[in-house]
Amino acid sequence: MMAHDKLKSGGLLIKGGHVIDPAAKIDGPMDVLLHDGRVADIAPPNKVRGSADQTLNARGLVVAPGFIDLHVHLREPGQSYKETIASGTAAAAAGGFTSVCCMPNTSPVVDSVEWVTWIQQAQRGGVVNVFPIAAATQASKGAVLTDFRGLQRAGAVGVSDDGRPILNETTMRDTLRLAAEINLPVIQHAEDTRLTENCSMNESTTSFRLGLRGMRVAAEAAIVDRDVQLAQQFAGARLHVAHLSTADALKSVRRGKRSKAHVTCEVTPHHFTLTDADVGDYNTYCKMNPPLRSAADREALIVALADGTVDAIATDHAPHATHEKIIEFEKAMFGITGLETALGLAITRLHRESRIPLARIVELFTAGPARVVDLRGRGTLARGSHADVTIFDPKKRWTFEAAKSRSKSNNTPFDGWQLTGRVVATIVSGKIVYRSS
Amino acid sequence: MTKTARGSLLDIEHLDTKEITGLLQLARRMNPLKPRPLLRGKRVLLLFYEASTRTRSSFEIAAKAMGAMTTLVLSSGSSIEKGESLLDTAYTLQAVGADVMVIRHPSAGAPLLMARHLKIPVINAGDGMHEHPSQALLDAYTILRHKKKLPGLQVAIVGDIYHSRVARSAIHLLSKFGARITLCGPPELLPEMATCLAPNLHITRTAEEAVRGADVVMVLRVQKERLAGLKIRLQDYIARYQMTTARIKLAKRDAMVMHPGPIIRGLEITWEVADCAQSAIVEEVANGVPVRMAILARALGKAR
Repeated sequence: MMAHDKLKSGGLLIKGGHVIDPAAKIDGPMDVLLHDGRVADIAPPNKVRGSADQTLNARGLVVAPGFIDLHVHLREPGQSYKETIASGTAAAAAGGFTSVCCMPNTSPVVDSVEWVTWIQQAQRGGVVNVFPIAAATQASKGAVLTDFRGLQRAGAVGVSDDGRPILNETTMRDTLRLAAEINLPVIQHAEDTRLTENCSMNESTTSFRLGLRGMRVAAEAAIVDRDVQLAQQFAGARLHVAHLSTADALKSVRRGKRSKAHVTCEVTPHHFTLTDADVGDYNTYCKMNPPLRSAADREALIVALADGTVDAIATDHAPHATHEKIIEFEKAMFGITGLETALGLAITRLHRESRIPLARIVELFTAGPARVVDLRGRGTLARGSHADVTIFDPKKRWTFEAAKSRSKSNNTPFDGWQLTGRVVATIVSGKIVYRSS
Repeated sequence: MTKTARGSLLDIEHLDTKEITGLLQLARRMNPLKPRPLLRGKRVLLLFYEASTRTRSSFEIAAKAMGAMTTLVLSSGSSIEKGESLLDTAYTLQAVGADVMVIRHPSAGAPLLMARHLKIPVINAGDGMHEHPSQALLDAYTILRHKKKLPGLQVAIVGDIYHSRVARSAIHLLSKFGARITLCGPPELLPEMATCLAPNLHITRTAEEAVRGADVVMVLRVQKERLAGLKIRLQDYIARYQMTTARIKLAKRDAMVMHPGPIIRGLEITWEVADCAQSAIVEEVANGVPVRMAILARALGKAR
């Protein structure tokens, strides 16, 4: 242990790799030297100044800023049978994520300084950086706003009532206005739950065939549209739309961006990979909220990922125990795990099939999400940044096996999928936290 | 799809016309009044999570007419009330020695889930809004007692189609055999996307248009228990869609009036139409027995 610490303090040189750092406009062969938890130097091959005790050969690999996931459910406090901060961050590391933002819909809800602090404590065993998102209203009941200033000071990087959207317009207006005063992003799970009661998938020919009640596109689009209009009313308001899934909602986001309102959004790998037809015959691993949508919606998401409308790929990693998934479809919990398949799906679907440049995909995992929640010194490998690095092989073909996942749960539709693009090493604060075998 | 036991009957959608024809032929050889001990010593488990009169009693009588033992488990008064899951209930009933499981459940897909995990065949006796395959089979059986063949037959299905598992199964079955189907109901109870279920489905919003020239008029109940907050003005519904003598007159002279039951007289159908000479409503119930005998015999490998 001692020797290891010494090694770490002696620095790490990542040699021979191809650096893609969209924030720093780097896309070429570079060596990267990490020292004392920071990027000490980044320079063309063999040109870095300074030395290191440890060298990592990255020949043939892409060296990127550490990936940031804006949307994960680590299930602590209170639901450690699904996931813990330790197991969830281990899965994150295996998926190339060096930072994750965890949602507050735990038990109890993370709506206080105490819980925001608790999540970040070392004894939780997190192996990557954990940035809490705090509840916007007490117990996420949509009535009384939480102490935004206090929560931000304690480390919250945004507020959200994820899973229980803020429907009341006055509450949403107050949330945006007060968060704007301290430059805090408001993250909305956009769903008019008055329209989606008892619904378990997208309203579609598949839902009709299966006899399942369907969620209408309007349930998402109407809330996004309203929120974008509200965000335009307050200078400095920052609206971030979580897991956007419909072409209609993209229209509102585009309108917001054109009007210079601070509107951002994220898209999940499952929404750009699958459609509602994949529910097939009641596959509960294809049950999530927002639900898988139509092929036209998926195509619109891919266009928006390419053209810059979408700011980040976020997994909405939502682990659930077997007894919550292998039950009647309508009773099964919403959500799937996603941390370990995100990069493979992005490269397979977006880069290889849809021809989105690798640099854009890296941006969606790094600089994009870093801007959404203002993670300073992250999402880039510029000199002086945090020494968070993701090294991956964009050409490596591999098969994802859910049973070998680091997550405590294996509720994923991607078990057995052959993917291209695999994480080789994940480095947090200069320390290797994951290496593929 | 994970494999399910041979002999299971989970839906009509995945059944081919050969299997359907085979079941209907077998049903024709079944006579509830002349018991055949085809299933002597077999145990038929009836697992009902939802209310039922017709389906439950006719499965039970069908099983007994072939010498099988039946055990009825209801969600109330069983460990289901204590929170036992569907699969654990299924494993338990398989372990006590059930040879076949007949299940009715309010959740769509529940029989399939069960069949994927059990070694014994599972028969779907109605799952949520999804399917009710034995009802579609007995309806086809009933139609074929009066009409020569299904291809080209003009069928009007009028009423609450969105919430109806009977409608989904009937549409799959009749369209597989080339019947010409017209669906009729208000948009809340019959969304446009209903036409995706099968090729060549037509939708109309006027009962007269649906019924005109029909060989078969199938009337469906407004499923108040599944409306989930949906507001239907019953007076409007009655005015536009109730099956009345005047409307039935628009159909062919020898048209059959069918209804899977339970019927609500005065709502979707008048007293007169329910009991008219063309009504096959009671006959449908009676035909449920031989059809379910055939389903059980097939499930237990006695389809000879």
